[in-house]
Formats: sequence, C-alpha cells, structure tokens
Amino acid sequence: MTEIEKSPAGFAYAPAPESAAIARLRPSYGIFVNGEFRAGRGEAVKTVNPATEEPLAEVAEASEADVDDAVAAARAAFAGWSALPGSARAKYLFRIARAIQERGRELAVLESLDNGKPIRESRDVDVPTAAAHFFYYAGWADKLGYAGFGPNPRPIGVAGQVIPWNFPLLMAAWKIAPALATGNTVVLKPAETTPLTALVLAEIIAECDLPPGVVNVLPGGPSVGQALVEHRGVDKVAFTGSTAVGKQIQRSVAASGKRLSLELGGKAANIVFSDAPLDQAVEGIVNGIFFNQGHVCCAGSRLLVQESIHDEVVASLRDRLATLRLGDPLDKNTDIGAINSAAQLARIRELSDSGEAEGADRWSPVCPLPEKGFWFPPTLFTGVSQANRIAREEIFGPVLSVLTFRTPSEAVEKANNTPYGLSAGIWTEKGSRILWMANRLRAGVVWANTFNRFDPASPFGGYKESGFGREGGRHGLEAYLAH
Amino acid sequence: MPTEKQPQPTEQKTDRVTVRKTYKLYIGGAFPRSESGRSYPVHSPSGELLAHAAQASRKDLRDAVVAARAAFAGWSGATAYNRGQILYRIAEMMEGRHAQFTAEVRAAEGVSEARAAAQVDAAIDRWVWYAGWTDKFAQVAGGSNPVAGPYFNFSLPEPAGVVGIVAPQDESLVGFVSVVAPVIATGNTAVVLASSDRPLPAVSLAEALATSDLPGGVLNLLTGSVAELAPWLAGHRDVNCLDLTGVVPAERVALAEAAAENVKRVYSPSGFDAAADPGTSRLTAFTETKTVWHPMGV
Amino acid sequence: MSATLPAPPARQAAVADTTDPTGDDSSLRRFLHGLPGVDQVGAEARAATLATRSIKTTAKAWAIDTAISMVDLTTLEGADTPGKVRSLCSKAMRPDPSDASVPAAAAVCVYPDLVETAVTALKGSKVAVASVATAFPSGRASLATKLVDVAEAVAAGADEIDMVIDRGAFLSGRYGQVYDEIVAVKEACGTAHLKVILETGELATLDNVRQASWLALLAGGDFIKTSTGKVNPAARPPVALVMLQAVRDFAARTGQVRGVKLAGGIRSSKEAVRYLVMVNEVAGDRWLHPDTFRFGASSLLNDLLLQRHKLRTGAYDGPDYVTLD
Repeated sequence: MTEIEKSPAGFAYAPAPESAAIARLRPSYGIFVNGEFRAGRGEAVKTVNPATEEPLAEVAEASEADVDDAVAAARAAFAGWSALPGSARAKYLFRIARAIQERGRELAVLESLDNGKPIRESRDVDVPTAAAHFFYYAGWADKLGYAGFGPNPRPIGVAGQVIPWNFPLLMAAWKIAPALATGNTVVLKPAETTPLTALVLAEIIAECDLPPGVVNVLPGGPSVGQALVEHRGVDKVAFTGSTAVGKQIQRSVAASGKRLSLELGGKAANIVFSDAPLDQAVEGIVNGIFFNQGHVCCAGSRLLVQESIHDEVVASLRDRLATLRLGDPLDKNTDIGAINSAAQLARIRELSDSGEAEGADRWSPVCPLPEKGFWFPPTLFTGVSQANRIAREEIFGPVLSVLTFRTPSEAVEKANNTPYGLSAGIWTEKGSRILWMANRLRAGVVWANTFNRFDPASPFGGYKESGFGREGGRHGLEAYLAH
Repeated sequence: MPTEKQPQPTEQKTDRVTVRKTYKLYIGGAFPRSESGRSYPVHSPSGELLAHAAQASRKDLRDAVVAARAAFAGWSGATAYNRGQILYRIAEMMEGRHAQFTAEVRAAEGVSEARAAAQVDAAIDRWVWYAGWTDKFAQVAGGSNPVAGPYFNFSLPEPAGVVGIVAPQDESLVGFVSVVAPVIATGNTAVVLASSDRPLPAVSLAEALATSDLPGGVLNLLTGSVAELAPWLAGHRDVNCLDLTGVVPAERVALAEAAAENVKRVYSPSGFDAAADPGTSRLTAFTETKTVWHPMGV
Repeated sequence: MSATLPAPPARQAAVADTTDPTGDDSSLRRFLHGLPGVDQVGAEARAATLATRSIKTTAKAWAIDTAISMVDLTTLEGADTPGKVRSLCSKAMRPDPSDASVPAAAAVCVYPDLVETAVTALKGSKVAVASVATAFPSGRASLATKLVDVAEAVAAGADEIDMVIDRGAFLSGRYGQVYDEIVAVKEACGTAHLKVILETGELATLDNVRQASWLALLAGGDFIKTSTGKVNPAARPPVALVMLQAVRDFAARTGQVRGVKLAGGIRSSKEAVRYLVMVNEVAGDRWLHPDTFRFGASSLLNDLLLQRHKLRTGAYDGPDYVTLD
C-alpha cells in the first residue's frame, strides 16, 4: 500500500497502520443456524478486501434449503423467546452490547478489511454505535407497555432481514436489536460483499448464550435474500438497500400478510444559507458526502448553496478537499477509504462521466490513487442543474453536486423535487428559519447545523421512495410489534 | 461480611482469624467516619451483634448535601447513554458480589439463604431496569406540543437537583435500590438515609457504587438514626426534593411541613411493595418539565 | 463581507465610513458582527476529529523538534528573580545538556523588569526576549500607564511584546477603544513585534474569539495569543481552531501572514503535537514555523524532551532525566 502524503512540505504524517492480525481472520466462515456454525450448502465465495483486491476468507453461502432450516429454527425458537419476561430478553441484549464493546477493536479492523472504510470510522462510529443500539433496545424489552403502543404489545413472529454492505455491523445491529427486544426471532442475510462482521456478531450472540434459533445469519447473494423475503414462514420483512430492490420486495410481499419496512436510497439536499456558520458548514458538507466514501443512503449528495455565497463556499470546499487523505483503510490517518466493489466503482464512474457529458464542471483535488483496489477521488461538480442525472440519481460515492438557490422557498422546492425523501441538511444561524424549513422539507431526517449524526434514540427513515418505517428510538419498536 | 460469633470449640473449622469490616459513611465518593465520631451497634433480628455502623450527625448531612450539589452539574450534564452505562455497570458489580450481598441480607433480616438470594436477584434486576430507562424517559415523558401558532413547542423532563431520600426500613437491599436508582437514573443526585436498623447492605452497596465509575457525590449514604437526621434533611434549603418512603405515615407530617420552607417536591407514597412493578412515578416525581417555544419563520 | 480591509492602520477620524470597518466604533461593530458565526458543537467536533490523527515515528520526531523550536519558555511569577530568569535562559538556549542536537526554544517570556537580565543572559544566541506588558495580566490600568509599561520593556531590549486587550471594553462593546489601544501599543513597540493576548477564557464564546481575533489583526497585531495563563480555561482546541481560521482568512484577504500563540495549560507533548496537526490542516504549512506559531509554556518543554528521549532510546523516562531549568 503506497503511503499517501498530502502536505507538500513540513508535516508529512508517517504511516500509522492498524494491525490486520487483530481481526483474527479465519480461512473460512460458515453460516449460523439454530445456534451453530456449519457450512452453507450454496456456493463457496471468496470475500475480498476492496483496498487490495486480495481475498480475505472463503464463505460458504446459504442455499434455499439452508433458508428453510433457518426459518424453521427461528419459528421453533419464537414461542420460547416471546414468552420470556422482557427483563430476561433485556439481559441477553445487554450482554451482546457489552461483548461488542469488549471485542470492539477486533470488529473494527475486520469491518475495515471487508468493507474498505477507514479504520477511524469503523472504530469511532460503526462499532460503538452498534453496541449502543443493543444497549438502547435492551432497555425497551421490559418497558414495552410504556412505549405508546398499548399496555401489552406483542411481537410479530419471525423476521426476515436483509442488509446492505455500507455499514455491515451497524445495519445488523439496527435490525437485530429491536426485533429481539420486542420478542421476535430473526433470520438475517448480510450483504454478499461484506458478510464477516455479521458472522462474528453471530459468534458473540452464541457466546452470550442466546437460545438457539433466536438469531440466524445466512450469508449469500440476491437469490438468498429473495428466498428469505418470499418464504412462507417469515412474518415480517425488513430491508435496507437500493430503491430498485426495495420495490421488487414490496411487489413480492404485496398483500401476503407479511409486515414490511424499507429503508432505501436518497439524494439529500444539504442547504447552506448566506448566514450559515461557514467553517462548520464546510465541515458538514464534507462530512455529508465524503463520510464513508459517500456510501450512505442519507448522504448530502446535493449541495444547495445560496447563490450569494456560492463562490466563497466552493473555494473553501476545494481547500478543504485538498486536505482529505485517501488510502489504506487500516491507516489511522485515512479519511477516505476504498469503494466497496468493482461494480459500485463502475457505477460511480458512469454517473460522474454523465455529469461531464451533461455540461457540469468536474473537479477533484490532486489525489494519487493506489494501484490495486477500488478507488475514487473526492469529486465536486459545479454548474449542476436539477435535470442532470448527477442531481437526480443516487451515485452512492464520493461525488458532490453543487446547485444554487435564491430564497428559502426555492431551496425547499428544489430540495423536495425528487422521488426520494430520506434526509436533508439546513445551515443557518437563524433558528426560526431552521424550524420553518424543517417543517416544509419532505425528509424523514432533518439535520440542522450538523449532518450524519446517528443515535439509537433517534428515529431514522424516509419519506416517499426512500422507504417507510423508522429505525431507532421509541418509533423503531413499531415495525416489530403486532397491530 | 457480618461479624462471626465467638467460635464454639465443637464448631470450629479453621484457625484463621477473620478481618472484620468497618462500616462507614459514603460521601463525595469517599468513606469517612462520622465527624461526630459516633457509632452504634447493629443487630440482627435475633439479637446477634453484626457490626457497629457510623452514626451520622447533622454536619455529615450538611457535607453530604454539599457533595451532592457539587456533583449535580456533571451528572445531569452527562449523556443519558453514559448514565445508563454506569447504572448497568453497578448491576455488574453487584452481580459479582452476589454471595456477599446474600450473606449480608440474610444476617440483616434473619431470612433464609434462598429468600436473601432472591432479594439480591431482585435488587440487581431493578438496577438493570432503571439502567434501561435513562435514554428513554424523555421520549415517554416529553414531546412536542402542537400549539395553535407558528411556533415549535416542546417539553422535556429535567432532573430537579438534590433529592433527599429516606430508604425503606425493612427490605434492606431491594428497598434501598428501589428508591435510589430512579432518582439517579434521571440525572439527580441524592442524599440517602439508610434504614436505621438494617443499614449494612446499603453500605456494601456503596462499595459497589464506588467501583462503578459513578462520580463521587452522585449518591451519598448516611447511616444512623433516621429520627435524628430526617428533620435536618427535610428542612435543608439546598435539597430540592424529599422522598419519605421510609418514614412511617404518622411521622411524615412534620417533615413535609419543614419541606415547605423551600417548596420542596415531596414524594410520599402510601405504601412500599418491592415486588410490585415500579412504574414511572418515581421517575416523574423528581423531574421538572421544561417547555420551550421557538417561532418558525423565514 | 463587503467591507474592504485597510493597510496597517491609522484610524480614520469621526465620519462614519461604511467601506472602512475601522472608521469608527459602529462600522467596526458592523464588520465584526457581520463575520460568520461559529457553531460551537461543530467546532468542537472538528477539533476532536483532528485529535484522532496518529502521529508516529518520523512524523512524531519532526513534530517534537518543531514544537520545541516554537516554545516561548515562560516565567511570570511574583517571586521571579534574576537568578530564576538566568536559569530559564540557559534552559532555553540549551534545553538538554546531554544532547546538543535539541533545538533551542524560540524565546523566553518574562515580566518587563526582568527583560534586562534576560537580554544579557541570552546575548549571542538566537533566542528572543519576549516581555508581557500593558498591566499584564488583568489589563486594568490607564492607557498611559500601559504605554509606559511597554516603553520600558522595549527600552530594556525586548524583541517581542505580549500585550493584553481590555476585556471589559470588548465585552461591553467598546471595540473602538480596544482597537485604539492596540494601535497605540503597536506604535510604542517600535521594531519589536506585538502579540495581542485575547484572554479567550474570559471571552467565553467562540464567536467572541473570532471577533476579537479579527479586531486584533485589523489593529496591527503580529500575533494573536490565547491567554495570560492566569485564567482558566486557557488554550483549548476549538479556540485554537477559530484563531487559526482567522489568520488563514486574514492572509487570504490581505496577503499578510500573522501568527498564533497558544498559551496556558499546554503541558504534554501529545497536546502540542495535536495542535501542530491542527495548524497543518486548518491554516497550512506557512504556519508550521516559529515566526508564525508559538507555544507559551513552561513544563511543556520537559515533556517534549522526555518524549524525544523515548523516541531515540525506546525507553520511558522520568523527571530525573530532564533539568528543572
């Protein structure tokens, strides 16, 4: 891995690599069904480190028969698990939370190896927030009567959960914790390119002595996911991923009696007014689209900047982008890691090329890319209009499109002018305007003078084609309780 | 450990001489003796001498209130998540000392080992219950209010401040936990008067608190004569709330009257049943509701 | 901001001139209050992220040596004597008697009546003599008294003057008075360079830190400095962040490169290295130099030396292995 030096003179940060050995990688990983690890009967697939293209481990994927077994195990475990007093389920979830904290460093390194995200983010955001999710929902397990869903809310049954590759461990926590707290049992399919931390989480769950079958983990590709969501034995489906696949799932469970929650894509507007706290706004813009390489459904991928400060903000952005460090995800000083797969990289490139073709101005800082691995430099498009593909379609990469507005109403109109509705950002020192804007933005999460803040106590989810249902907070219980 | 009887020759199993514990007060994170130098004998229900406990004076109480006040800004300013983690850690520490607490409760209350162990289980589980409330209570007790105008209006529960608590006289461990945990879960700090007759399990619990990352001063424990100390607690003007659970009804009147001097919030439940669902009344009793308005306009 | 900035200032007379922010009190206020606000939570978050940078091996060695060369080794105690000052000066010139490769400190910093002792002790070396002045640390005296204080320090040979602003005037909105005092002190400095202490702990908000920084830069301060070291809190990362942004933005607007000095409460190498990371990523290379960045400190120097020993020998040291001063 080439050492990336960003400062031209003086203070060149020496490599500060985290050790890959901490991840305790094994040559192969099995599936987790009914409390045990065993080989999956599907294809054996190599999961790859996107920063080096080297294989990390072999994972024996699940077959349809494995899906049947897992759903049956979850069904068998449901009666006992849902009958347990909430305080008992709580204690299991507290154990899991504490175990994640204990093995935090191992999980963070493994996540960076499998996903490509910088170790600083896995260590400081992904892993602690995953632990916090279990901690938060543990506390609801024996307090469901106070949650506003009636005096004795009941679980739904077996939940089939399919999660994406952008926050593998955290997405597993978002799905499993509320499901278990409310008394449901779970079959979880992690993403094809990032199965490893979900499987270590399964190991943790087994070490915490959860009854077998309460949680089952089936690595595999889209066909495994499809088999799971369509399975007759699944009562509740939860999906986080692309809008296209979300629509397919919604079609396939239509009127089946299965409950459904979807957390899909986004094309969030980050709106900056002329009276914004500018230095913090620049940070918020940068964090909004370059955090996690832009692989975030709620990424602030459209900057809507008030026309009067456009040039100043773009100039500050360019200066700030020049200090971002792209490189080895295991280096503690890396800000931007690898793109998760060749397929995703191709999509980002295609859309960026369309931006140029449609007349926007493209800019990236000087950013040497390592030879091996999947990489894309932070990229800024100015002169973008609402009709450009890069302003409409979710790129899911480190690409920011800059548009302008003149008045608050126009900002609202432009921000809402999209089939998506996941998140939005507002930057202004004026409190009334924050609240006026927040009132009118059709987005499930509104960040004011901040961006990309997540907390297990805070409900997250979208409007319109960004999906329905909320994860986090008291509201996050609803999806897992019977009506 | 409670002190052992003088060994009878026929029962003597070992020559080892035990190290007996000194039971002190817990103030500001430290374990001082009473400034008065007094102590008093604590007996089991069957009359056996268990230990001498510190007999707190009004000056100790004064110092405890100062410590509680000093700790309030930090504790109420910590995130709810952080408080939850610490309360859960207390449960971890208690679980580790399960056998010790069982022996203490058994000696203090004269009950069987099984019943004492069940009480310890209940006490630990109650800490866990309250650990899970810290980051949820605001979602249950607070919310936005749909006022008729272009205003954003929301109400939040906030901790009241320093809470003076008289712990139940009988259930020496689970009773103590039941009155203390909800108070500190919501961010208040506390000065607690332990049961006069059965103070020792509470003192051992204070030892667990001291090893749980609970900041000094969040909980302060005074052992001694409740009859002597309670009036000072009730009348103290830097105490914001008063929990009279451990005071017999006939004696509550004078204390409640003294509390009126600085308009304390007085919590005076009609009974105490450790086995019952605690509900949320002990959480709401010691929180204030703050309502904020902000216009919504360009 | 639409106001243009003046050249090194001579303050204009009474007529309100909307294009010159220093024209009078109200245009100064308009300019300062028109600066972008600072979101405190965002600033703290940026400072915290910068603190996660991992600086090891060669980078750490460079940072430690650079930090040493940026130290204004300071003694500002009522009990200071010529003996104490001479001892400090020896340490500043040669921080580690066992290792001549250790760079010298940038300056020593003393009270005005000990300047002469310091000048004599440092003769022939490149270590500068900085003197506090203007009724340090409180600043509560008449302008006339403050100017005499400066003049005496300059006459005794001080190369640098660390003045304090009148925080009472600033907090009550008398920006013009603060500005005028800085201008007057700058004039009294002659060729000595001027550091303006904002006493950020008393300013309380980051918005005030931004405004006071710009005020001091407009008035001609060569350096803006956080603290006297006599008030808590003193230097803190979000405060340093705002001040570094101020000199960066000032340089972008005027082409003039002014400096930042962090003083008070910086005791460990770890903190010093974190601040250098912040200088690097917020202001840029130009400020990674003793002529544009200083640490005002006393015990920090020894911690830097201990860390330097550890890097070279691999073993942790103790206080016996560095000199008191």
